[in-house]
Amino acid sequence: MLSVLIFFPFVAALATLLAKENAKHVALGAAIIEFALSVWMVMQFNPQGGTQFVVDYWWVPALGISFKVGIDGISMLMVLLTTFLVPVIILSTFSNISARISRLPIFYALVLLMQMALIGVFVALDGFLFYIFWELALIPIYLICLMWGGKDRLRITLKFFIYTLSGSLLMLVGLIYLYLQTPGVHTFDLQAFYKLHLPASEQGYIFWAFFAAFAIKMPVFPFHTWQPDTYTDAPTPGTMLLSGIMLKMGIYGVIRWLLPVVPLGVNEWGTTAIVLSVIGVVYASCIALVQKDFKRLIAYSSIAHVGLIAAGIFSLNIQGLQGGMIQMLSHGINVVGMFYIADILMTRMNTRNLDELGGIRNVAPAFATYFVIILLATVALPLTNGFIGEFLLINGLYQYNAWMAAVAGLTIILGAVYMLVAYKKIALGETNKLTETFNDLTMQEKSVLIPLVVMIFAIGIYPKPLLDIAEPSVKNLLDIIHGTIVK
Amino acid sequence: MTTLIILSALGLVTLFSEIIGYKKILLPLTFIGLAAALIAGVMDWNTSKHYLNEMMIVDNYSIAFTVLMIAITIIWFILSPDFFHEPASRVDHFALIIFALIGAQLMTSFGNMIMLFLAIEILSIPMFILAGSNKSSLASNEAALKYFLMGAFATGFLLFGIALLYGETGSFNLQSISIAMSNQSGGASIMVVAGVLLILIGLSFKVSAVPFHFWAPDVYTGSPTVVTAYMSTVVKTAAFAGFFRLFFTCFSVSSAVWINTIWILSALTIIVGNITAVYQVNFKRMLAYSSIAHAGYMLMAILALNNYAQQSILFYGIAYSISSITAFGVLLAVSHTTKNDSITSFNGLAKKNPLLAFITILAMLSLAGIPPMAGFFAKYYIFTAALQQHYYWLVIIAVAGSLTGVYYYFKVIIAMFRTETESAEIPMTFPFKTALLFISIVALVLGLMPQWVAGLL
Repeated sequence: MLSVLIFFPFVAALATLLAKENAKHVALGAAIIEFALSVWMVMQFNPQGGTQFVVDYWWVPALGISFKVGIDGISMLMVLLTTFLVPVIILSTFSNISARISRLPIFYALVLLMQMALIGVFVALDGFLFYIFWELALIPIYLICLMWGGKDRLRITLKFFIYTLSGSLLMLVGLIYLYLQTPGVHTFDLQAFYKLHLPASEQGYIFWAFFAAFAIKMPVFPFHTWQPDTYTDAPTPGTMLLSGIMLKMGIYGVIRWLLPVVPLGVNEWGTTAIVLSVIGVVYASCIALVQKDFKRLIAYSSIAHVGLIAAGIFSLNIQGLQGGMIQMLSHGINVVGMFYIADILMTRMNTRNLDELGGIRNVAPAFATYFVIILLATVALPLTNGFIGEFLLINGLYQYNAWMAAVAGLTIILGAVYMLVAYKKIALGETNKLTETFNDLTMQEKSVLIPLVVMIFAIGIYPKPLLDIAEPSVKNLLDIIHGTIVK
Repeated sequence: MTTLIILSALGLVTLFSEIIGYKKILLPLTFIGLAAALIAGVMDWNTSKHYLNEMMIVDNYSIAFTVLMIAITIIWFILSPDFFHEPASRVDHFALIIFALIGAQLMTSFGNMIMLFLAIEILSIPMFILAGSNKSSLASNEAALKYFLMGAFATGFLLFGIALLYGETGSFNLQSISIAMSNQSGGASIMVVAGVLLILIGLSFKVSAVPFHFWAPDVYTGSPTVVTAYMSTVVKTAAFAGFFRLFFTCFSVSSAVWINTIWILSALTIIVGNITAVYQVNFKRMLAYSSIAHAGYMLMAILALNNYAQQSILFYGIAYSISSITAFGVLLAVSHTTKNDSITSFNGLAKKNPLLAFITILAMLSLAGIPPMAGFFAKYYIFTAALQQHYYWLVIIAVAGSLTGVYYYFKVIIAMFRTETESAEIPMTFPFKTALLFISIVALVLGLMPQWVAGLL
C-alpha cells in the first residue's frame, strides 16, 4: 500500500511525459488521485498504533541496506501536506502565462518525480534509503530552477546545489559512522540507530554532521545564504515546492533522525541550535522589514518562521513538538499562498517592487480579500492556522527558557509589521497608472486559493484531528529522548 | 585463456585483412570476435585456473574485469565509426585496439612479475601509436611522443623495482614473493621497501597519480577523442585492476612506508585533480583532470586492500568506465558539429537535442557521484572500504574532493541550459544513439541495484 503511495507519482511522471498535449491534466489528475490515496490512508491510520503500513524488503543485503518504509503520526501529517500541496501547485501553473512554464510535459514530470522523493523522505525507516530519497528530491528541483528560473539562475542554482549537497554529504558521513557502530551485522535500520547509545562526545560530532544537513535545508541562520536568492530566482512553482514542502524535509529530519538518534548530543548542543534559530528569527525579520521586492520579503519571512519552528522543536517538550508539527502544515499552506499572490502580482504588473504598487483593493476586491486572509494567517491572527502553531511553539519555548521565548516572540510583532506594511503598499492607498490595469482574479486562480483558504480556517478553528494524529508518536519520541538523557 | 586465444586470433585476422582483402566485413567480424571472447570469458566463471607455471591466473577477479573491458570495447567500437574512415590506416586501428585489449586482459590475470611487465608493454605500445594516429595534427604527435617517453620512463622504474624484489626474494612468482616477504623477520628489508616503492612509482605513472600525472592532460587533449575515450576507460581500468591485484596478492604484508606513500599519493591526486579540473574550459581537458581525480579515489581501494575493497574497485571500474565513455560519446557527437572540444560547445544542447542532454545529465551525475547513479555507489563502496580501515582523514578529503567535482561536472549541465546560442543540428546514427542510451540506463540500473554486480566477487 505504502509502496503504491511512493511510486504512483513516478508512474504518473512517466505518463505525463507520454501525454504531451494533455500533460498538465494528467499530472493534476494523478496528483489528486495521490491525495485521495493519502486521505484514504489517514482513514485506515490508527494514531495509537505506532509505525504502520510497514514495507520491508532487502535492497542491498551485503551492506545492510533495506527498503524499509512505514508511517507513524509524524510522517502521516507530512505525507498529507505533500499530497495536498502538490495538486495545488500544479493547478497554480495552469493560468500562469508569463512565468515561462511553457506547457512542457517535462516540468510536470519533474514535479511528480519530486513528490515521489519527498514522500520517500517522510516515510523512510532506513538511513540509507532516507539519504537516497533526500538527494533524489534535490535533482528535480534543481532542474526546475535551472530550466525556468530567472536571469541569474545559472549561478544561483549552482550555489544552491553545492550548498545543500555539502550538507547532505556530511549527513551521509554521519550515517555511515552510525552504520559502522551497529552491533553484529551492520545495518542502516532506524530502530538499530535508536538503540546505539553512543558516548556523549561521539554524539556531539554526529549531531553536527546531521544538523548541518538539516539546517541548510530549512535554512537556519547562518546556513541560510543560499535561500533568499534561490527563492527569488526560482520559478514560482519551484519556490512553492522549495518553501512549502522541501524545507519541511529538514525539520522532519531533525525530528526523526536527529533528536532520538543522538539525544545526548542534542542535550549538549540543543541550546546552541535554539540560539542560532532565534538569531535567525530576529535577523530575518529585520531584513524583511526593509525589503522592496515582495518575493524576497516572503523568502526572509520564511526564514523567520522556520527558525521559530526549529527553536520550538529543540525545546524538547510536547507543546514545542506539537506546535512544530502543526506549524509545518500551516507554514506550508500559507507560504504557498503568499508566493502565489506574489506570482499573480508579478504576472499582471510585471514588477514585485512594493513602491511601484498601491491601491489594488480599489480595482480588485476579491484579490485583496484572499490576500489579506493569507497574510493574516501568516502573521498568526487567532482563528487562523498560523496562530495555533505559533502559540504552541512559543509556549514550548517558554517552558525551555523564558528569555528565548520573549525574543522569539518578536517574530509575531515584526512579522505583523512587515506583512501589514507590504499589504498597505500593495493594496491600500491610491491606484497609480500601473495598478489601474489590474484585473481581478479569474476562476482558475480562485480555484487555487480557495483550498488554501479553507485549510487556513479549518486548521485555525479546529486543529484537534491533526494534533491527535501526531500526538502519540510525538509522545513516544519524547519518551525515547528523555529516557536516554536521564540515563 | 579461451578469451585470450580468441582475442589474439582476432588481432591477427584484422591484420591480415589488408593482404587478403576482406576489409569490408572487418567491422562485423570484430564484433563477432569480441562477442565470442565475451562469452568465453563468462563461461570461465567460477573456474579458477592456472596456466604456464602460474604465469597467468584466471580467477573471478580477472574474469570480471576482462568481461567489463571487452564490453566497453564493444561499446567503443559502436561509438567511434568515424575513426575508421581513413582508408590508409583503418586496419591498423582495429588491430591496435584489439592488441591493447589483450594487454588489458593480461593486466588483470598475471601471476608473475614478468607477465605484469609484458602486459603493461602490450597495453602501452598500441596506445602510444594510437595517441599519434591523427598524423596531421601537431598536438596528436606531441601527445604520442610525450606518452611514449613518460611510459618508457615509468616502465624503467617498474623493472628496477621488480629486479630489486627478485634480488631479495629470488622469485618472480607473486605467491613466492608474498611468502618470502612474510617470512622476513623484523619487517621488510630495505631492498624490498625500495623495490615496492619503485614499482609503486612505475604504476603511479600508468594510473596518472599526482605527482606523476603531468603527461595525462596533454596526452588526453592531444589524442583523437576516440583514443582518449579508450585510454580513460579500458586502459585506466586495466591499470587499476593490475595495480590492485599486485598489491592484494603480493604486498598485503603492509609496511608503513608504502602505506603512507599511497595515502599521500591518493590525497594529492584527489586534491590536485579536482582543483585543476575546476579551471578547465576544454571539456576533454576537464575530463582528463577528472580522470586523475578518479584515480585518487581508486587509490583508496588499494590502501584499504581487503575483500571489500576488491568489490569496490570492480564496481568503481564499471561505474567510472560506463559514465566516462558516455561522456566521451556525447563529446564525439557534439564536437562533430561544432568542431570544438570546449564546454561552450554544449551550450543550448538541452533545447537542440533533449535526448543527448538527458544522457549527458545522467553521465555527469554519475561522474559527480550523485544518487541514484552508479557513480554514487561506486564512491560509497570505496569510501566505506577506507572507513573500515580507519582512514578518516582521507575520506574527508575525498568527500571534499567529490564536492568540488560537482562544481565542474555541473558546469557542463549548466552550459546545456544556456539559451543564448543557436547552432546546427547534431546528426547521430541509430546504433550510436541506442548504445549511448543503453549504457546510460545501465549506469542508472547499477545505481539502483548495485548488489547485482558488487556481490559477484
